[in-house]
Amino acid sequence: MNKIGERIYNGIIKENPTFVLMLGMCPTLAVTSSAFNGIGMGLTTMVVLVMSNTIISLLRKVIPDGVRMPAYIVIVASFVTMVQLLLQGYLPAVYDTLGIYIPLIVVNCIILGRAESYASKNPIIPSMFDGVGMGLGFTVGLTSIGIFRELIGSGCIFGIKVMGDWYEPATIFVLAPGAFFVLAMLTAVQNKLKAPSATNVENESKLACGGNCISCNRIDCGEKSKAESED
Amino acid sequence: MKELILIIIGSALVNNVVLSQFLGLCPFLGVSKKIKTAAGMGGAVIFVITVSSALTSLIYEYVLTPLNLEYLQTIVFIIVIAALVQFVEMVLKKISPGLYKSLGVYLPLITTNCAVLGVAIINVTKEYNLIQSIANGFGTACGFTVAIVIMAGLRERMEHNDIPQSFKGTPIVLVTAGLMAMAFMGFAGVI
Repeated sequence: MNKIGERIYNGIIKENPTFVLMLGMCPTLAVTSSAFNGIGMGLTTMVVLVMSNTIISLLRKVIPDGVRMPAYIVIVASFVTMVQLLLQGYLPAVYDTLGIYIPLIVVNCIILGRAESYASKNPIIPSMFDGVGMGLGFTVGLTSIGIFRELIGSGCIFGIKVMGDWYEPATIFVLAPGAFFVLAMLTAVQNKLKAPSATNVENESKLACGGNCISCNRIDCGEKSKAESED
Repeated sequence: MKELILIIIGSALVNNVVLSQFLGLCPFLGVSKKIKTAAGMGGAVIFVITVSSALTSLIYEYVLTPLNLEYLQTIVFIIVIAALVQFVEMVLKKISPGLYKSLGVYLPLITTNCAVLGVAIINVTKEYNLIQSIANGFGTACGFTVAIVIMAGLRERMEHNDIPQSFKGTPIVLVTAGLMAMAFMGFAGVI
């Protein structure tokens, strides 16, 4: 039981993929124009992450080391396709707003990062809850960025108007540049407070790519994990 | 012909892959410290995306559609792209060591670029034929190159500027990217 709680705490607080590890930047910036989109993307990613972690952990002794990356990618891509078809069938509204970013979950570094650094080395139950924790952490990250952008950019939260008529919405925050500005502010505040985050920690984390996509400038970074793809 | 030019301009400038669609952010933020490396990365991306959009479009049209396997597109595309990058790397190493030296180091990084898969999927959703897919891929990659080279130029200048301590590093790069995104929004009226 302890292990499960620890994994979930780790995913949401200690190694939050959005705020601490700074993984999966493409969806973080692209779909957070509203809180609803953020929650949709976060939960979709979580479902894929839980399933892929479980299966990869189950197969960790079967998959040969040399072809593990291609094998992981095929597993992840299968689950993404399944989730995509389910969304298309049952939640067409979510499917339409997230669009191309659903198939692109395949190349989200959170999923391959967790497969490589956790699920491939640990038993099934902890791996599954690692997926739940990381997925919830990602959902919390995307939703809070979404709430912030929606509040400033249109004066609403989840489509409900919360600001009075006196408030003049700064529309730029729900458009593309706003995403960059919000993330810039976030990282600047983290730097100021010296909060633990991939953008201001020098030492390398245990993740395949150093865990830090955003300032990854190592040319050999793809060399280590050739077939690994991330956004 | 006119249609193809519109596709290229549309994908390169109006819907810039990095600044308005947020694909390929990792290399955009990571490999943009020097103009020379940024241009090298851009060249490699143009090459890989153009070839991969041709290949994925062919596979979709002549293999997946006749067999009614369209739903397998994500799996097939990602495998094709990973294999293609490996293959291009091996071929370049063998036949053109000079080109390999200048582009080779960037090739492994390209599999880690979601713009490549993104373009392949956009080609399918927009129902582009082979020629249109190649044009779209080429345009998108050119847009990526333009964005990353401009970014590198700005970062080279910024190195000597007096930036507030907490904005040093990633935050200032993101602010710059935001301003560039605003500038690129101006292209929206072109088409």
